[in-house]
Amino acid sequence: MTLRITEISKHFGPVRANDSISMTVEPGSLHAVLGENGAGKSTLMKILSGFQDADSGSVTLGGQTVPLGDPQAAIAAGIGMLHQDPLVVLPFTALQNFMLGTDLKHRTARRLFNETAARLGFVLDPDRVTRSMSVGERQQLEIVRLLSRGVSVLILDEPTSGISTGQRELLFDALRQLASEGLIVMFVSHKLEEVLDLCRSVTVIRRGRVVGERDLPCPTHVLVEMMFGDIVPETTHESARLGEPLLTVTSLEASEGRQSIRRVELVVNAGEVLGIAGLEGSGQQPLLRALAGMTPRVAGSITLDGSDLTRRPYRAFLRSGVHFLPAGRLEEGLFAELTIAEHLELALGSASIDWEVARRRAEEAIDRLSIKGRPDDPVAGLSGGNQQRVLLAMMPNDVSVLLMEHPTRGLDIESADVVWTQILARRAQGTAIIFVSSDLDELVATCDRIAVCFDGEILDIVSAPDVDANSLGSLIGGQIL
Amino acid sequence: MRRFLISTAAALVVATFLLLVAGTDPIEALSVLASGAFGSTDKIADTAMAWAPLALAAAGLIVTFSAGLWNIGVEGQVIAGAIAATAAARWVEGPGWVAIAIGLLVGTVGGGVWGMAAGLLKTRGGVNEIFGGLGLGFVAQAFATYLIIGPWKRAGVASTSGTDLFREEAWLPTIGGTRLSVVPVALALVTLGWVWWMLRATRFGLELRAVGSNLRSARLVGIRSEQVMLGAFAIGGGAAGLAGALVTLGIQHKLVPAVAGGRGFLAILVVLLAGYRTAWVAPVALFFAAISVGSSQLNLRLDLDSSLGGVLQGVIVLAAVLVAGWQARRKAETAPIEGDT
Repeated sequence: MTLRITEISKHFGPVRANDSISMTVEPGSLHAVLGENGAGKSTLMKILSGFQDADSGSVTLGGQTVPLGDPQAAIAAGIGMLHQDPLVVLPFTALQNFMLGTDLKHRTARRLFNETAARLGFVLDPDRVTRSMSVGERQQLEIVRLLSRGVSVLILDEPTSGISTGQRELLFDALRQLASEGLIVMFVSHKLEEVLDLCRSVTVIRRGRVVGERDLPCPTHVLVEMMFGDIVPETTHESARLGEPLLTVTSLEASEGRQSIRRVELVVNAGEVLGIAGLEGSGQQPLLRALAGMTPRVAGSITLDGSDLTRRPYRAFLRSGVHFLPAGRLEEGLFAELTIAEHLELALGSASIDWEVARRRAEEAIDRLSIKGRPDDPVAGLSGGNQQRVLLAMMPNDVSVLLMEHPTRGLDIESADVVWTQILARRAQGTAIIFVSSDLDELVATCDRIAVCFDGEILDIVSAPDVDANSLGSLIGGQIL
Repeated sequence: MRRFLISTAAALVVATFLLLVAGTDPIEALSVLASGAFGSTDKIADTAMAWAPLALAAAGLIVTFSAGLWNIGVEGQVIAGAIAATAAARWVEGPGWVAIAIGLLVGTVGGGVWGMAAGLLKTRGGVNEIFGGLGLGFVAQAFATYLIIGPWKRAGVASTSGTDLFREEAWLPTIGGTRLSVVPVALALVTLGWVWWMLRATRFGLELRAVGSNLRSARLVGIRSEQVMLGAFAIGGGAAGLAGALVTLGIQHKLVPAVAGGRGFLAILVVLLAGYRTAWVAPVALFFAAISVGSSQLNLRLDLDSSLGGVLQGVIVLAAVLVAGWQARRKAETAPIEGDT
């Protein structure tokens, strides 16, 4: 049965997560949906599987309209989704989980379970408690469950993070077999290697829109360029005069959650702008957070202006002039209920509070950064761009190293301009700027050098003015030039 | 304000229904309740004396709630304060006012220490403050009972009805022949005012609200969130301990096992109904104290069980929480949702 997605749109406030997305997937396809974090692929999959309603658009499967906004109805219509963290009830056994939501008799269920698992080559004990199963085994259980409910479209959202190589092979073999039986397998990932290994076709999404479709295999850099956007040739690039070496990193290793980075050798000069590029999850996040002093598990050394900061507490980094601008804003960085004036007071104020002074400081910042808000407005009510400006206003004057995660993600062009004007002005004081971005244009336009992360290491550091889209794309895809 | 009115109206409807089921005229019952709380000088005195410890404990709770901490252990902190104040009243010699002053001071410290214990369990031991607070409450209760039937037992008989009365000089002074003492009322008002000011005008108050709003962001701007949390627990526990000391020195004049008497939990309800706003704590606590005191008359005058007052309080808070939930849901439905894409 052919899956037809027609002009699906979904807005979250001002953000267009899905902007009129259409695609058609034939039965028997192993189809990848590629896109950077925030591109909108998860939203689309949630809409397909009924976990989220769409603002407009429709989905049909084999000519039948699939009801949106109801996971049970989606499964009944034939679309099932395997979540990144499989939805199982941990204290239940595999069989009990399998039976949830069905009216199968115990014996029938056991037979169906064993048959389906055997068909896919999974070895699963129906009486084992799921808590004691690995993530990979829980995925297998979930696939078995969805198939037994008769789905003909199986969506997998980043299924390979957290499972072993052996389990991945087993999973891929099962998916190939399902496709050969005529099922549609939709594989959502940002791991190019796996997409190239498994899938025969791909749709790339960026900023909520479909930017292209390709048959696979195709050259890596083509996919990377589609994911990250073209580089608009720009002649306005100007570097500040570089100062002395400021930050020295030797044999750094750090990990955070499932991500890690190793063997980092880096020297950053005062006034330099260093961009960190890479596919999502290649180690950029642990690297940046280790440099900010936020990850306790660090090996190697970090030296700032001659003083050793390795394994010092975060507050020591803060005192030395290291400043971190997170990507999450409301999740990390801001306080939803507090006002603009209170934010600035927290970040810049002294031991005693003078609200008159604080309010004037806020008014001055609102003026300087053209923030749309008043000093006494809680930041929760501001738009993303204005929240980012509040974060900028919270930055002290004497920052020696400024670290940023996706500084302009989700911002409109005007806000992005304000952000970069403010940040680049800091170079004159000798501030070194290091930022992670998945926007090639932004990286090339603002950086002196770009460090490319791949698979937990820095693959290469290139000079930004000299790099072209093809070579940067190949590097991000893991190919050394 | 609207929430308060809606929930009170809803509670009145439920109460009316209950009274009709019980075969009583609701208007009469409510007037009995009112006259039981404010009908005579003595009753006003009782209501005021019930109000002060409740308002104090609630003021302390505002501080811990602002820091995002569910300080459920208020009962234990009240008892800890009462024990400390009893020790002072029994052991401190000399003029009565010295014993009283020391009693109130060590009561505050005792409650504060008990609060900090829950805080340390959370920040150092990873024990959720709800469980830590409940556990410490049981410990305090058991310790008080042990003291009453053990080392501090009444001359001759050990009884859970309490220790011997303190010497009269160590009782809180009252106005004329009434049961009203100015000290608790004044201390409660001062504490409420201080909490209001502290949360708005001091750096500690701002950091407290920041920690309560977003712990990760607080860490990012360099706030020492552990210290801030411990400070909140110390203040919350201290206010509860002071409440315990006032009950002991001003109302009971001895240590009784039921010294906390549910005030700790009632204070949580007060704060919920006040919508976590300090300015609203005083009137809401007065309302609750009046119901508590007045409902004893229901039994005497109408042969109704006095627990009806408790039912009324509970229904009001449930209604308030429900109204708040509706409002939040309405807001969520009309406002754009920020979600991951």
